[in-house]
Amino acid sequence: MIVLQLFLEFGLLSFVAFGGATALLPEMHRVVVEHHHWLDDTTFTHLYAIAQAAPGPNVLVVTLIGWKVAGLAGAIAATLAMCLPMSVLIYLLIDRWQGFAGCRWQKAVSLGVAPLAIGLIFSGATLIAQAAQFGWASWGLVAATVLANLRSKLHPLWFIVVGAILGGLALA
Amino acid sequence: MRSRRNSGSTFELLPVLTASDHESRPDLRALFFAFSSVGLSGFGGVLPFARRMLVEERCWMDAEEFNTLLGLCQFLPGPNVVNLAVVVGKRYRGLPGAIVAPVGLLLGPFLIALLLALLYDAFGRQPVVQGVLRGVAAVGVGLLFAMAWRMASALRDKAVFLPFTALTVLAIAFWRWPMPWVMLLGLLGAGGLAYWRLGSNSVR
Repeated sequence: MIVLQLFLEFGLLSFVAFGGATALLPEMHRVVVEHHHWLDDTTFTHLYAIAQAAPGPNVLVVTLIGWKVAGLAGAIAATLAMCLPMSVLIYLLIDRWQGFAGCRWQKAVSLGVAPLAIGLIFSGATLIAQAAQFGWASWGLVAATVLANLRSKLHPLWFIVVGAILGGLALA
Repeated sequence: MRSRRNSGSTFELLPVLTASDHESRPDLRALFFAFSSVGLSGFGGVLPFARRMLVEERCWMDAEEFNTLLGLCQFLPGPNVVNLAVVVGKRYRGLPGAIVAPVGLLLGPFLIALLLALLYDAFGRQPVVQGVLRGVAAVGVGLLFAMAWRMASALRDKAVFLPFTALTVLAIAFWRWPMPWVMLLGLLGAGGLAYWRLGSNSVR
C-alpha cells in the first residue's frame, strides 16, 4: 500500500517539477519527512548527499528515497512516478511543439517559471541545511563552496571530494 | 568537461561542423548505449554530456535543433534529460526508441544508486560515514546556493521577477505551503505578468 501511495505522491509532484528533481527537494522533504514521516531528517539529508556523490541524472535522489521508504518496489515506483507522466505527455506533444514554440503564452510560461525555479532551489538548500542541523564548520564549508564555485570553473566533483574528506575527518 | 555556464558560446560554433551529417539513423542498440554513456558520465546533472553526445560525437542533431528541443524539455516539468531522451528516441525509432532511450539513460545510474543504498544500509551508522555524508551535504548545499545565485544573475528583468523568487522562498521554505499550489499561484502571477509584458512589447 505504501508503494502505491509513494507512486501517487511522486506522480503528482512530477507535474510541478519545473527545474527538475533539484527544485522538488523542499516538497519531497515536506511530503516524505513532515507529512508521512516515512524518513527522518538525518536520513533525508544523507540520501541527498549520496545522490550528489553518485553519477547520473539528479532524479536519482527520488530512487534513493523510494528505496528507503519501501525497498526495491519503492525505488522502482518512485523513479517511474517521477519520469513516466511527463515522458508520456512529451511523447504525445512533441509533434505539435513546432506549432507553439515561440508563441506568446509559451514564452510567458518560460519567463514566469524561471524566478519560481530559483526560489525552489534556494529553498531546497535552506531546508537541507536546516534538516542536517549544520554547525558553524558546515556553514563555513557551504560558504567556501559557494564562493569557489562562483569564482572558478572547477568541476563540482572536486568540491564533493573535498567535502567528503573534510567530513570524514570530522571537520565539517 | 564544460560547465553549463560557458557551454553556450562554444555551442554556437558547432552547426557549421555537424549540420550536414546528422541524417544517420541510430538503431535501438545505439540509442540504448549512447544514452547509457550519458547517464553514467555526469555528476550533478548530465545535460552537458547529453549535448556533447548528441551534437558533437554522434551528430544525431545539429546545435540549433538541440536548443529547440531543450527549450521544450525545460519548459515542461519533469527531469529534463529524461524528457530529452524520450524525444530523441521517438524521433529515430518511434515508440520503441522512446522507451529504450530513457531506460538506457536511467538503468545504469539506477543500479548504482541501489548499490549505494545497500552500502548505506550496511555502514550508514558508522561515525566516519556520517561525517562524510555531512561534508558532502554541506558541499551540495553550497552548490545549490551557487546555482540559485547564477540563475538569478541570468534572470531578465530582475526588478520585476525577483520578487516572485522571494515569495516562492517564503511560501516554500518558511510557510511550508504545498508546492503544487505555490507553483499554480506563482505561474498565474509571474507567467501572467510576463504575458502582459510580452504584449506591451517591453520584453522580447
